[in-house]
Amino acid sequence: MASAGQGPSERKPAFTNSSGFEIKRLYSGDDVASLDYLRDLGFPGEFPYTRGPQATMYRGRPWTIRMFSGFGSAADTNRRYRYLLDQGQTGLSVAFHLPTLLGYDSDHPRARGEVGKCGVAIDSLADMETLLDGIRLDEVSTSMTINATAIVALCLYVAVAEKQGIPAHKLRGTIQNDILKEYIAQKEWAFPVRPSLRLVVDTFEWCASNMPEWNTISVSGYHIREAGATAAQELAFTLIDGLTYVQEGVNRGLKVDEFVPRLSFFWDLHNDFFEEIAKMRAARRIWAREMKRRYDPRDPRSCTLRAHMQTAGVTLTAQQPLNNVVRVALQALAGVIGGGQSMHTNSYDETYALPTEQAVTVALRTQQILQSETGLTDTIDPFAGSYYVEALTNQMEEAFSRYLERIDAMGGMVKAIEAGFPQMEIADAAMRYQAAIDNREQLIVGVNAYQAEGADAIPILEIDDSLEAEQVARLEQLRARRAPGWRHALEAVRKAAFGGANLVPPILEAVHAYATVGEIMDTLRDVFGEYHDPGYY
Amino acid sequence: MVIAKAGMDGHDRGAKVVARVLRDAGFEVIYTGLYQTPESIVATALQEDADAVGISVLSAAHKHVFSETAREMRQQGLDDVILFGGGIIPPGDVEWLEQQGVRRLFLPGTSGPEIVAWLQQAVSAQRASGSGG
Repeated sequence: MASAGQGPSERKPAFTNSSGFEIKRLYSGDDVASLDYLRDLGFPGEFPYTRGPQATMYRGRPWTIRMFSGFGSAADTNRRYRYLLDQGQTGLSVAFHLPTLLGYDSDHPRARGEVGKCGVAIDSLADMETLLDGIRLDEVSTSMTINATAIVALCLYVAVAEKQGIPAHKLRGTIQNDILKEYIAQKEWAFPVRPSLRLVVDTFEWCASNMPEWNTISVSGYHIREAGATAAQELAFTLIDGLTYVQEGVNRGLKVDEFVPRLSFFWDLHNDFFEEIAKMRAARRIWAREMKRRYDPRDPRSCTLRAHMQTAGVTLTAQQPLNNVVRVALQALAGVIGGGQSMHTNSYDETYALPTEQAVTVALRTQQILQSETGLTDTIDPFAGSYYVEALTNQMEEAFSRYLERIDAMGGMVKAIEAGFPQMEIADAAMRYQAAIDNREQLIVGVNAYQAEGADAIPILEIDDSLEAEQVARLEQLRARRAPGWRHALEAVRKAAFGGANLVPPILEAVHAYATVGEIMDTLRDVFGEYHDPGYY
Repeated sequence: MVIAKAGMDGHDRGAKVVARVLRDAGFEVIYTGLYQTPESIVATALQEDADAVGISVLSAAHKHVFSETAREMRQQGLDDVILFGGGIIPPGDVEWLEQQGVRRLFLPGTSGPEIVAWLQQAVSAQRASGSGG
């Protein structure tokens, strides 16, 4: 009687995705009745870019395979880069160790135990020269995942290029440089929010006149999602961060078309296949509409959202780790259908340690199989017109609008962060996800379903603990043999930080003089102060 | 109960979820926030008169963080405080860490109830032995 008229019974009373959208049994034309093709989808490379940022997409050139890597010393990582380039990788992606990311040298007491562990140890231009040795910087594009210290990393890269005889304007690549999501999710900050935003805008401004092919920021949903956000939260917080950066640039006096075309984005590719595709399509449409509504830019690239993608590290399991190969392939598939511009695929052993060469190779080959064997690159946005995907895309846009309204009401993203709003939304979502796993609403193969004893043993990469002492010794040698000009250069950094001048030129001078990352950041910390974790949970 | 993040590791999702799970299970939880040192963690444990200290490490600095914290706990006379933890820790390192004084490590895939149950048992066993029977 209770189910009379509702048809056959189903597995559960309601089906929902991570974003909390209720999933219907069936989607039909009624669900997308309001969809207007030219208004809401358009053609690839045309407003509102729902179908893709470029006219030819993967028919012109497949996405860039960009495997994030870095560990140990600069020489260790240089060897891995050359291996990856030999194996057909088309772009570099630098993982720095935590001391570099936070702006401390390897010999700082806080760096103990961290040197070379999560990425490559870079203390000065000398390490950066070793890292990029034998790699022509006008022939590769390089992404650097670094935020609080992004301005220093940019200067190190430019300085190496200058030593190779390559001018800055020929360099292609990206600095992540997205400090807002550090306060929201990744938590690798140095200074309070306001001076950090100033550094971001300094890089926008300097690159607008000196590095026209450089992506000055990668506004990142990845870390927000990995910290526990839903797909809709990832989308909303990231795009609102992006809009905040644009307004900061405008406030500085930059013209939108001078710097916004060089903004890029970064999405997480999680397990829910359709939700991820919808998220990426919605992101392009929202960005185009918001940019047009707010600034009405002339250059269409100011409305075009280009995105890097990475499969979701948080979905990998330590149990039966070979299953992760399958998870990564399916997540990557969603990303390709979603139409991203570059991708990192995770390695199956990353719940244990940084990946072994064999595990990285499988991850790399996963992308090559997608590009070469599946026909996925032959047509554009193949899920457009799917009742379900279009309905989900619309729902994503609506979820964005609701968050935008709430955050605007708080006075914008900086205020929202200072009030802990996105942080708490994410912590709540992470708790709901863990509860769903604990009560088996969400099954995870090998973890709370289909468990198997003794299926977990795989080889694991070990980082030699002797590296720390070696790196500290290299740093001591550098300090002993460098010319004294670095002191003067640091004074110029301090002066610019106190005043309002753009900090890129003095920091570039300082890295050329072999001032270390820690020395430059200490100078800035003296002026700007430090940010401390409010510890919301 | 002190839940801590040590070193330079910003991955706080696991620590926060565990802090909430323990709080919801009735424990009084102090979450230290990020970037603690072994000394500051032990100082918090002393100050809060904690029964247990849980540390989350996902930055591969686990050997340093856990062994130094265990040493500092012994130095401060906190021999009856339970040291446990979790994170991205290769299985090959677990035995070594246990020898340093870590009572239990929870690796990825651990459920909330599993941590709660273990901790309840461990705390009551510790209290029983501490009070002389």
